[in-house]
Amino acid sequence: MKIQCNGKDTIIDEGVSIEKLLLELALNPDTVVVECNERIILREDYGSHILVEGDELELIRFVGGG
Amino acid sequence: MMLQVNEQPYRFQPGVRALDLAAEIKPDADVFIVNGFPVGAETILADGDCCWLIRKGERPAADEMERLLYARHTPGVHARIKSSFVGIMGLGGLGSVVAVSLARIGIGRLLLADFDVVEPSNLNRQQYLVSQVGMRKVDALKENLAQINPYLDVSSINVVLTEQSIPEIFRDVDVLAECFDSAEMKAAALRCALTRMSGKGFVGVSGVAGYEENDLITTRKIRSGVYLVGDGETAAGPGQGLMAPRVGIAANCQANQILRILLGKA
Repeated sequence: MKIQCNGKDTIIDEGVSIEKLLLELALNPDTVVVECNERIILREDYGSHILVEGDELELIRFVGGG
Repeated sequence: MMLQVNEQPYRFQPGVRALDLAAEIKPDADVFIVNGFPVGAETILADGDCCWLIRKGERPAADEMERLLYARHTPGVHARIKSSFVGIMGLGGLGSVVAVSLARIGIGRLLLADFDVVEPSNLNRQQYLVSQVGMRKVDALKENLAQINPYLDVSSINVVLTEQSIPEIFRDVDVLAECFDSAEMKAAALRCALTRMSGKGFVGVSGVAGYEENDLITTRKIRSGVYLVGDGETAAGPGQGLMAPRVGIAANCQANQILRILLGKA
């Protein structure tokens, strides 16, 4: 199925959670702020939030250092 | 003709020089500022000039100090920032520099938060001194800010911040500066700002390590009043340390963006 990820069409499997998608993208979920259809997703919901066709995701990834 | 001297109106004959003014009003003055710029003692003054007479090394009284400190600010700016309240989360290479910048421009209230002590490895980029190694960062930075601008209300909290505690601890600030080292806390802080602190300004940072190009560091708007500074990519790690110049660029981008939010420009 197709979703939008940071403005790009992205094909993912059905039933994939936000947590799983982030891990597949080789991102540490703890370092990413996720907006799904203009709503910020709480960290504790990454595992249970299953993506569906047409979802619009914005991922803001952080790197360490300050 | 009329002159403003240290904020007071005075009448003088045309042709009066800065040193004549000093002889009459402040004989020990050795720095002359006219309309915001330093001038020589022989400079002839014009009607309406705004003059400051300063004695180097002398510590003026609080109200005079305030006028002198901000003589170079755009008119109207000072009153606004003096009444502002900024929270700074993390007092390392970003937070200590942001705090110094904001103290220099006279941000009226600062709340500093960190849990760490000053270590020798901090001194390559952070605003601490050798003599402060081992001190709690909150105490060392308060001490340094007091040397820069003693007329601010600086409070501090020596605590490990969490996603749960941030909104409560910083509930009264106008703008929050995210200056954490850890990527996890940076993400947590932005999530807080976007879910539980709406209406507050927020400026975070990601991607400031090494000595990559200056201009890769940008200031990106996430939404109204919420910004991220940095290149978004350059993580601190082995072979790519954090160094004063590039962290300092980001910190001052952050400080300037905070100022812009406070002045209604963002």
